[in-house]
Amino acid sequence: MEKVLLRDGEITLHTRERSNKWQMYINIKGTDIFVRKSTGTANLDDAAQIATKYYDQLKSKANSASNSASGVIGWVDERLPILSFVRDHLTNYYAPKNFNFWYFFGSLAFVILFLQIFTGIFLAMHYKPDAKLAFDSVEFIMRDVNLGWLIRYMHSTGASAFFVVVYLHMFRALMYGSFKKPRELIWLFGVFIYLALMAEAFMGYLLPWGQMSYWGAQVIINLFTTIPFIGPELGVWIRGDFAISDPTLTRFFALHIVAVPMVILLLVILHLAALHTVGSNNPDGVEIKKYKDENGVPLDGVPFHPYYTVKDFVGIGVFLFLFSTTVFFMPEMGGYFLEHANFIPANPLVTPEHIAPVWYFTPFYSILRAIPDPAFGALAMALSIVVLFFLPWIDNNPIKSIRYRSMLFRINLFVFVTGFLILGYLGVKAPTPLYSALALRFSEMYFIFFALLFFYSKSRGNFFSYIFAGSMISLITIYDLTRISLDNYILILTGLFLVCAFILFMTISPLYTNLNKEKEVPERVTG
Amino acid sequence: MKNLFIFFIFFALSINISLAASQKSELAQKYKASNSISNKASLQRGAKYYVNYCSGCHSLKYMRMNTLAKDLGIDEVIFSKNLIFANKKIGETMTIPMKEADAIQWFGALPPDLSLTARSKGADYIYAKLNTYYEDDNSVTGYNNIAYPNTSMPHILAELQGGQKIVLDSNNNPISFDKTSEGSFSDKEYKQLTNDITNFLVYVSEPAKLKRYSMGFWVLLFLFIFTILAYYTKKEFWKDVH
Repeated sequence: MEKVLLRDGEITLHTRERSNKWQMYINIKGTDIFVRKSTGTANLDDAAQIATKYYDQLKSKANSASNSASGVIGWVDERLPILSFVRDHLTNYYAPKNFNFWYFFGSLAFVILFLQIFTGIFLAMHYKPDAKLAFDSVEFIMRDVNLGWLIRYMHSTGASAFFVVVYLHMFRALMYGSFKKPRELIWLFGVFIYLALMAEAFMGYLLPWGQMSYWGAQVIINLFTTIPFIGPELGVWIRGDFAISDPTLTRFFALHIVAVPMVILLLVILHLAALHTVGSNNPDGVEIKKYKDENGVPLDGVPFHPYYTVKDFVGIGVFLFLFSTTVFFMPEMGGYFLEHANFIPANPLVTPEHIAPVWYFTPFYSILRAIPDPAFGALAMALSIVVLFFLPWIDNNPIKSIRYRSMLFRINLFVFVTGFLILGYLGVKAPTPLYSALALRFSEMYFIFFALLFFYSKSRGNFFSYIFAGSMISLITIYDLTRISLDNYILILTGLFLVCAFILFMTISPLYTNLNKEKEVPERVTG
Repeated sequence: MKNLFIFFIFFALSINISLAASQKSELAQKYKASNSISNKASLQRGAKYYVNYCSGCHSLKYMRMNTLAKDLGIDEVIFSKNLIFANKKIGETMTIPMKEADAIQWFGALPPDLSLTARSKGADYIYAKLNTYYEDDNSVTGYNNIAYPNTSMPHILAELQGGQKIVLDSNNNPISFDKTSEGSFSDKEYKQLTNDITNFLVYVSEPAKLKRYSMGFWVLLFLFIFTILAYYTKKEFWKDVH
């Protein structure tokens, strides 16, 4: 009598009865191998259990045998788990197979981080962190150091490229809900990286010691002095002097090349560790871990290596092509990556006609300038960044991806991104009454985006919708009433009308139309 | 992949948008330098004019002379004989002996170093400044300037350009110039001369520009081939994923 206990592909474990004992055989591709004298029991169910256990043991043994390497790698692996690290994070780490264009920017940010550290080391060899020598040493790098110009342009272009990539990476997260449960920590670490990156870029920009370095730093440090009570003291503490001068430069140098990069590296490790714990989101916003095959491999997943390593190389190729185009043919980017005024040495006695921060800060600079009172402006700017930390708890809609969310969500996101770009544009321009009015309205729109995300977290009733719209509109109206006068009433009323119309449309239309109708999320990834 | 190309197009567009400059006077804006640093003859002439007319007051403190000789294709011996006046060696930079205190007494300010002017103010500014001097009796030097109003710099090239007055429109805005005397250069020759000087200063502001373009071409070619290979490798690997 023969009985099959276990079947796994072409392998079966079966037993034959011999003198009242079941003896176990393993059959691989039709060949029987006698493996064990007996299952030790005449009960078939127990025998199946024992067989399963035995088979698992065999499998793990076989695995470890094939995974343990010999030679130098084997020697190291016995002392440091490099092979299991590669397995856990590359060859046996499963990423959704449906990543699209927007999923290139994580690996690209990593590449740029490496580039910045690499070029930064070489710059630090020739740069002199001294207010008297800094500007000259940068020109020395540009002219007399072998390929110094290339290293410097790579570093300065890299700073801008870093922000381009990080902004697109964040936009991806907004589109596909990558910040939502269970990925809240990934998002939080990401926002911390973004903050650290801003600090890093800001401090780095002081180092060439040009006019914009100096006056840009002046503007930003003055933000801290608007904090009530401790502000002025804090300003002196940051600068190390009563004005920006040599001590400011030397401490910014230390922070820029040692402290902040270490913080960024640590945060990147945490960001990735958290990512690899829960796994990547994808354009469909469905969890690939829900459907696995019998070996525990997600059905819609592919091993990160080699699939995404080869794919990311394409992204890196295209990125480096654009990056090199900038580095070699337009490193100043028309004055946006390297500002013209920064080719004049810092002069504390001459204020440039127009101080504009580098482009990646300008959306927030616009929010700062939108409110005339410096302290409240600084508060609004701080809030605009702090609000990002709370995003996972603001948007509670269970649907992650924009593909299955409502038309109103798409409009909201589109308006937000457009507004953010316009704020960025306004930030590089000198303020005129029209530009200031626009900056204020788009700053309001920046915050309205988050309010609406909260509003769309679930379907809202009549009462809630009207109260919600009403309270937002009254907040904005009250602020406008405090500043309206005969000179500016046309601008204020037009802006007020447009913003209120937008709020009303976005909150009340779900009650009467199906604009807020969401689509059904598929069980598994599509395409 | 489709998105990649859209992204590429946006990138190309953004460059066009970013190439906007601003200048104050409309008349000054009419003067656009048509410089090209690949024009070696123009750079050599520019260097000659600069050394003869400008370097008495304006230093180029970051410009190393042997780099200049090499980049412009001038033999170091010829360069030393013709383009180095003071007791300097070819490995030094083009500084000037003028003392700041003297300069302030003579001009009211130290004539600025021009190493980076083409980058901070732009080539068009230099070209416009050299072309828009006009006679003004209220000025100490007898000349005023459209691109840099009330400049304390005398019109060094007046003998070459000749004299000119400005013509004002009904709103007192300068609209054009009216020649009052002929210079030793024709209008065309003078424009050529100022363009050469501008071109030279553009080169001086960033000598690496000459290398940048030629090296960039090869880098882009490499990356182009790399990306194509990477793309087909990716395709091959992904064949079995559905």
